[in-house]
Amino acid sequence: MPDQSKWKAGLRAIGIPVLATIVGLLVGILCILIAGKDPVLAAKAFYRAVAGEPRMFGNVLVSTIPLIFTGLAVAFAYRAGLFNIGVEGQYLMAQIATVVVGVWWTPPQGFEWLHPIFALGAGAVAGAIWGGIVGLLKAWKGVHEVINSIMMNWIALFLADWLLKAYLRPDNSRAASYDLQQTAWLSQGLIEGSRLHTGIWIALGTAVVVWIILFKTPLGYEIRAVGHSPGAAEYGGISVARALIITMAISGAIAGMAGSVQTMGLNHRFNETTALLGYGFDGIAVALVGRLHPVGVVLAALLFGALQASSGLMQAMAGVPKAVVSIVQAAVIFFVAAEGLWSFLQRRRAKKEVTPA
Amino acid sequence: MTVAFGTILLTFIMATLRATTPLLLAALGGVFSERAGVVNIALEGIMLAGAWGAAYFSFISGSAWIGLLGAVFIGVIMAGLHAVASIKYYADQVVSGTAINLLAVGFTEFMLNRIWGQAGSSPEVASLPNIGPLNFMIYLAFILAIVSWVALYRTPWGLRLRSVGEHPLAADTLGIDVFKMRYAGVLLSGVLGGLAGASLSIGLLSRFVDGMSAGKGFIALAAMIFGKWNPLGAVGATLLFGASQSLSVIFQLMGIQGIPTQFFNMLPYVLTMLILAGFVGKSVAPAADGIPYRKTN
Amino acid sequence: MGLRSHPLPITMLLKLEGITKRFGSLVANDHIDLEIRQGEIHALLGENGAGKSTLMNILYGLYTPDEGRIFWKGKEVKIRNPRHAIDLGIGMVHQHFMLIPVFTVAENITLGKEVTRNRFLDMNEARKRVEELSQRFGLEVNPDDRIESISVGQQQRVEILKALYRGAELLILDEPTAVLTPQEVEELGKIMKRLVAQGHTIIIITHKLKEVLHLADRVTVIRRGKKIATLDAAGQTEAELARLMVGRDVILTVDKEPAKPGKVVLEVKNLHAKNDRGVEAVRDVSFTVRAGEIVGIAGVDGNGQSELIACLTGLRKPTSGTVTVNGQDVTGQSPRRIRDAGVGHIPEDRQKRGLVLNFTVAENAALGDHRAFARRGWLSYQRMVDKAKEIISGFDVRPPRHDYLARSLSGGNQQKVIVGREILRNPDLMIAVQPTRGLDVGAIEFIHRNLVSERDAGRAILLVSLELDEIMNLADRILVMYKGQIVAEVPGHEATEEGLGLLMMGGSASA
Repeated sequence: MPDQSKWKAGLRAIGIPVLATIVGLLVGILCILIAGKDPVLAAKAFYRAVAGEPRMFGNVLVSTIPLIFTGLAVAFAYRAGLFNIGVEGQYLMAQIATVVVGVWWTPPQGFEWLHPIFALGAGAVAGAIWGGIVGLLKAWKGVHEVINSIMMNWIALFLADWLLKAYLRPDNSRAASYDLQQTAWLSQGLIEGSRLHTGIWIALGTAVVVWIILFKTPLGYEIRAVGHSPGAAEYGGISVARALIITMAISGAIAGMAGSVQTMGLNHRFNETTALLGYGFDGIAVALVGRLHPVGVVLAALLFGALQASSGLMQAMAGVPKAVVSIVQAAVIFFVAAEGLWSFLQRRRAKKEVTPA
Repeated sequence: MTVAFGTILLTFIMATLRATTPLLLAALGGVFSERAGVVNIALEGIMLAGAWGAAYFSFISGSAWIGLLGAVFIGVIMAGLHAVASIKYYADQVVSGTAINLLAVGFTEFMLNRIWGQAGSSPEVASLPNIGPLNFMIYLAFILAIVSWVALYRTPWGLRLRSVGEHPLAADTLGIDVFKMRYAGVLLSGVLGGLAGASLSIGLLSRFVDGMSAGKGFIALAAMIFGKWNPLGAVGATLLFGASQSLSVIFQLMGIQGIPTQFFNMLPYVLTMLILAGFVGKSVAPAADGIPYRKTN
Repeated sequence: MGLRSHPLPITMLLKLEGITKRFGSLVANDHIDLEIRQGEIHALLGENGAGKSTLMNILYGLYTPDEGRIFWKGKEVKIRNPRHAIDLGIGMVHQHFMLIPVFTVAENITLGKEVTRNRFLDMNEARKRVEELSQRFGLEVNPDDRIESISVGQQQRVEILKALYRGAELLILDEPTAVLTPQEVEELGKIMKRLVAQGHTIIIITHKLKEVLHLADRVTVIRRGKKIATLDAAGQTEAELARLMVGRDVILTVDKEPAKPGKVVLEVKNLHAKNDRGVEAVRDVSFTVRAGEIVGIAGVDGNGQSELIACLTGLRKPTSGTVTVNGQDVTGQSPRRIRDAGVGHIPEDRQKRGLVLNFTVAENAALGDHRAFARRGWLSYQRMVDKAKEIISGFDVRPPRHDYLARSLSGGNQQKVIVGREILRNPDLMIAVQPTRGLDVGAIEFIHRNLVSERDAGRAILLVSLELDEIMNLADRILVMYKGQIVAEVPGHEATEEGLGLLMMGGSASA
């Protein structure tokens, strides 16, 4: 009998994303060479962009914040066996909701502290609805969540665009909504000179909450049971339909918080968006590399945040095209996903598992 | 009404056919891949990379026809990555498709910068000719739709391709090479996705523009579902979606106010969700679509 | 007994020599020798997991043997893949049919060897050929029907035609009667004889003794991957074959005292339910189970047992009728409500239903009651671990590790975890469905003993099994289910295999 203890499974789980990340970075270096640039210089630029000064690191964290949320959203849904590729749409709808609350609701005197909470809550609710619809259609009509999530992304894009142009901006010349009232802003200046805002605490707090829900509550047990085996979950008295809807709603809420925090902490308005910007895809990368675990998600978000934040300086200092970051990200997803590539890591266990037909 | 009705109708038909062409080609690609059992949300990326390939090869050769071949070449490479990951290495096909889409964005942006040293768009390149009033690609798309239908439903090859998408183990026990058929399906989606890209860059336009696929791959995916994974169904669905896109233009021309253009843009997605939920007809995916096939021995 | 004589001299069609196949540490086939004569019906008899299917999958090119040689018509062959097997003239009808539901009968039969004209499909010609073939062998099918719309018996005919269409001389039928109704079994017997009369050879894989005696000319018994014997079927008795198959003298019997039934725990009244295809599968079923008795439901698979149990456990909603547990109406309630009402359930499919394979044993110990493992809203792992330890020690789960994934346990130990979990819940009613399917003899005995001691502890037990022996050994009362109805009730001590068998096929007890 092979050792099946959780520890070994844990080691295997960490091995694949680490290897995939290394291979992904090698692909990045290859791209830099192809572009005729100096990878050593690029590495120096990367180092400076990440750790050169405290404010630089602050900016890395600024890039990390939405990635933590979107990564958590994807990972949470994945635990129930759901692929939430609709993070982007949930993100957009949450931004709209946050703008509405942030611009038009004025908290009563002395209760200004309620403003960010309500604005964030509105975004979470909007995201939960947008995700929940997908969960509902899966539970009720059996429609695969991937297709509906994709559809909902594009519907969100055009709906948000219409709402912005019809209602949310002062005049047609402005490519953004009204500004949020200052009471709804998250305070910046956690690190001198950087735009790091308190959203980082909300993000880390959300990671803790996700971990608690998944592993320390009956709801988490239900979600994981449904993810591994809907048949056994149903047998065990767990309502699969309810779990699917709740999971997609929570996942949507987390994705929505990404949009809200971004609006409240950084942009302070909703900017005109004519194409999907890829927040959802970033989330998929982060969740997979983080091996669907909240701690892993935070670490993976930091990695991708550093790559994104450093792309500007790498371009300026070493002439590395920003596109390289997308390529590295794609490569990492690709190598994490192609599990068969890493079968040598699992060969011993795989053999033991085969049973005759 | 300021413009004659006949003119408007003609404009509408032309606009619809133009909008339909890239959607139809990509949707046909999706049909081949998914009929063979491999979910292909990478159509968007294949299309984008194909559009770049068409422009690039047209640029260096001066011939749009070489550009067309180049689009196919690049499309097949992108689809090939998806095929290897999902067929050989059992990758989650949605994840692999996502990676390809991201890769296409990074790759085309990188190459724009590398080759033409500029962001945004390529210089003007040779484009495919019009035949009569319509571009060559429009004819090609509709011809390929019919060819695809015949291939899938009237040849032994098509029967086998569909069998591996429905019940690969059953096909395997009859000596059909499941992996080979699946590779064929996915690589064909690369050919067709590449052509869809070419129809954007050197068909309707004569240059590559950064991000020019702009979600058309996903509309094509929707059309493939709306058309029930059938080439002729895809013709109907893409015509409907193409029409809904050109309708907004026509409404403006006719001076009809009140319906925001965004609603027309949303229509394909809303319709697809409705048909999937069974509110409008019913569309069922091939039974083994998205499930990696593992051989035991 | 075999109904054919051999007027021709005996010729060897197929010979297997020393076939060995290992899966990791498990030896599925251990140096098996087998000889198949031209024109015979040869039964491969063995318990579940004895290695019969593995051997046939090797013969059909689905697995490669680790050792051994295969001779086909006297020449040594290496069968690399199914296509090669087909080319040689070997056809296989798998236990789980290899048919494509959305394709037509003709498409399924010709797939891979299509009828073409100018490289295009010629379905008219294909249809004609299928019709010819079906007439020649008396296998009635309509070439234009879609597989999803025809009965299981018809699907099996399509499978046989598929093999014949490819020119199979040797047909391997893997557990062909498992899913058939009695009439269909009868029909299959006739078909097999017709095929043999026309020069074909048949290997039938089975664990049912009667089939061997009724259908086969010769029988090879396999036990735990090893060949035990090859015998002429004529003159054998069920008892002798059973001894060879199981490896000891008696078929399992369980020592038990007469039941002392108490109050009614489960009462089912006029229950109706539909199956997945929307056809009425349970018709007007009424019965009771009392505390301290085991009630067995016997029947051929597919006569509504699964649907009935699904209704009783909340996994399916009945269309009408009532289900009462301890006087409480639980008709159409959720599985959780029903479990809370005092019902334990050992499900038919332990891997799909009974366990979350990717959970640890401890996490699985909480399945079904996970909310009871929470303390003020927080899930308590310590409680799960405690429960798991209780199950492991009480029910001899090996290896005794609560932190192992359920996936890594053997089938018998997985079942012990389920049985232990359900028994330790102290249910008033235990519903056990096929509780020993696919297990080895030791595990079967263990589970049987536990069920009887639960009965003696005053629980009501409803046992559903396809194995008559199991029902006859354990049940105090036996209900026979046929076409969705309870057609008879027999006291356990009066039941005979013959009598039950007749009832299960829709006959009457007096016949």
